[in-house]
Amino acid sequence: MKTIWTIARRELGAYFSSPVAYVFIVIFLLLTGFFTFMVGRFFERGSADLVTFFVWHPWLYLFLVPAVGMRLWSEELRLGTVELLFTMPVTTWQAILGKFLASWLFLLIALLLTFPMVVTVEYLGHPDLGRILSGYSGSLLMAGAFLAITCMTSSLTRNQVISFILSVVFCLFLILCSWPPVTDIVVNWAPAWLIDALAGVGVMTHYEDFQRGVIDSRDLIFFLSMVLFFLFTTSVILRGRRA
Amino acid sequence: MITVEKLTKSFGSKLAVDNISFSVEKGEVLGFLGPNGAGKSTSMRMITGFLAPSAGKVSVCGFDVVEQGLKSRSRLGYLPENAPMYSDMSVFGFLSFCAELRGLFGSAKARAIDRVVQLCFLAPVLFQSVDTLSKGYRHRTCLAQAIIHDPEVLILDEPTDGLDPNQKHEVRTLIREMGREKAIIFSTHILEEVEAACTRAIIIDRGKIVANGTPGELKSRAPLAGTIVVGLIGIGWQAVQPNLAALRFLERSDLISECDSHTTFRLEPNGDLLPEVLTLAQRQKWQIDHLKIEEGRLDDVFRSITLPDTERASIK
Repeated sequence: MKTIWTIARRELGAYFSSPVAYVFIVIFLLLTGFFTFMVGRFFERGSADLVTFFVWHPWLYLFLVPAVGMRLWSEELRLGTVELLFTMPVTTWQAILGKFLASWLFLLIALLLTFPMVVTVEYLGHPDLGRILSGYSGSLLMAGAFLAITCMTSSLTRNQVISFILSVVFCLFLILCSWPPVTDIVVNWAPAWLIDALAGVGVMTHYEDFQRGVIDSRDLIFFLSMVLFFLFTTSVILRGRRA
Repeated sequence: MITVEKLTKSFGSKLAVDNISFSVEKGEVLGFLGPNGAGKSTSMRMITGFLAPSAGKVSVCGFDVVEQGLKSRSRLGYLPENAPMYSDMSVFGFLSFCAELRGLFGSAKARAIDRVVQLCFLAPVLFQSVDTLSKGYRHRTCLAQAIIHDPEVLILDEPTDGLDPNQKHEVRTLIREMGREKAIIFSTHILEEVEAACTRAIIIDRGKIVANGTPGELKSRAPLAGTIVVGLIGIGWQAVQPNLAALRFLERSDLISECDSHTTFRLEPNGDLLPEVLTLAQRQKWQIDHLKIEEGRLDDVFRSITLPDTERASIK
C-alpha cells in the first residue's frame, strides 16, 4: 500500500510540477462552461438540473483523458526509468495501480473544480442533488475507464503521440459502438450476439443511466471491470516487454 | 552473494547471452568487460530481475530473482546504463522517492539521503532539477540512488561513462571502498579501471565468457607477457646479436630500436631466462640502460580474445 502511494504521489507531483496540470484544468473548466452555457443553452432551458453539463463529458474526456494519461508509461519507456522502477522492490501491479490512481485522482480534482455549476443550479432552483451526485459518479467512472485504456496504449509505445491517438480511437469506438447509426452498419449481416456485444461494450448506455439518477450495480460493475480489464492488459504488455 | 548458473537470453533467433555461469562473493569487485553488444547489459538486467532469463538461474543473497523477485531486488542496488532519471524532479525529490520505494521513511530516510549526498558529492545540486544536471552529476545522482539503502549487492552498468578523469577516480575509489563489504559487479570499457578497482574480471564476448580471473592472471595471458626488454648503451645490434646464441632459455630475440648507440631489444623466454641475461651482460660488460619484464597489458589480452578469429590471425 505504501509503495502504491509513493508511486502515486510522485506521479501527481509530476503533473503539478509542470504546466500540464494547470493547462488541463483551465481548459477543462472553460470547455465545460462553454458547452453547458453556450451550446447547451442552460439558461433558456429553465430547468434546475445539470443535464446539459454532463451530456458533454464523454466528448471532452475523449480528448482530455488520453492527454492526461498518455505519458504514464510512454515517458518511463522513453527515459529508461522503467528499468529503475522495476528493479526496485515494486511489483508490476503496485506500479500500475500507483500510476493509474494518481491520474484518476487528478481527474477527480479537475471534476471537483466544476463545483460552481452545482452552486449555480442550487442558487437558481431546487435541483435533485442525488441525481447530480450520481451524475458525477458516472462521469468519474467513465473517466476511469478511458484512463485505463490510455494506460494500456501508453504501455505499448515510447511515443506519447501514438499513445494519445490510439487511445482516442479506442475511446471513440466505445462511445459510438452502441449508437444506432453505427449498429445499423452491422445489423444486416452480423450475427445477433455480435450486435449485442457491440451494444454491451458501448459506454454511453451505462453513462446515461447515471445521468438519470440511477446507480445500477450493473453499470458500476461495467465500468470497474473495464478499468480492471485494461489495467490487466497493461500488466501483460509490461511483463511481455521484459520477457 | 550472486550466483549465476547457465544463464541464457535470446531475443528471437539472436542469442544475446549464451549459457554463462559465475559467482561473486562478499568483498569481491567483479569487472565485467567486453566489446559493445557482447551481452554485458543484458546479463546485468537479468541479474537485477528486470529482464526474465530464457534459461538458467540467478540468485542474489540466496533468493531466486524470478521466483523471489521482491526479496532479491530489495537487497541489490542498480545503476542502469545512461543513468535514467525522472526529468521533472529535483535531486532531493528523486532520492527521496527512491528511498521511500526502498522502505525508508522519516528520520531513516533523512539519514540515508544525507549519507549518499556526502558519498557522491551531491550537496551543491541537491535542489536542482535533474534535467539541468551535468553528465557527471547525473551519473552520481543515479549512483546515489543505487546505494541509498546500503545494499549487500551492487550492479553498476558503466558507472564511470562520461565522467571527467577526476570524477572517474572518485567513483573508482568509492567502488573499491564499498567492495570490502559488498558484492559488486560493474561493467566498463576502460581497462585501466579494472586494474584500479576490481579484484576479479570476466571478459564476455558474443554472449560467452571467454576469460575469468584476477587482473594479474588476465594480464599474464597477453601475447608479450613475460618477455624481457633490454636497453643497452654504447653497443650496436650487430655486436649484441651473436652473443645471444649462448642463452639456453631464449626462444627468439627481436630488435625494437637502434639509434645513436642506444639499442633496445626483446627476448622471448622458454624458461628461466633472466639470470642468464644478467650473467651474460656482466660477462660482456654491457652497459645496461634499462631492463624490464613485460607485465602484459590488459588491452592486448582483451584484443587478442575478443577480436573475431580472422582479424586475430591477421594481427599475429
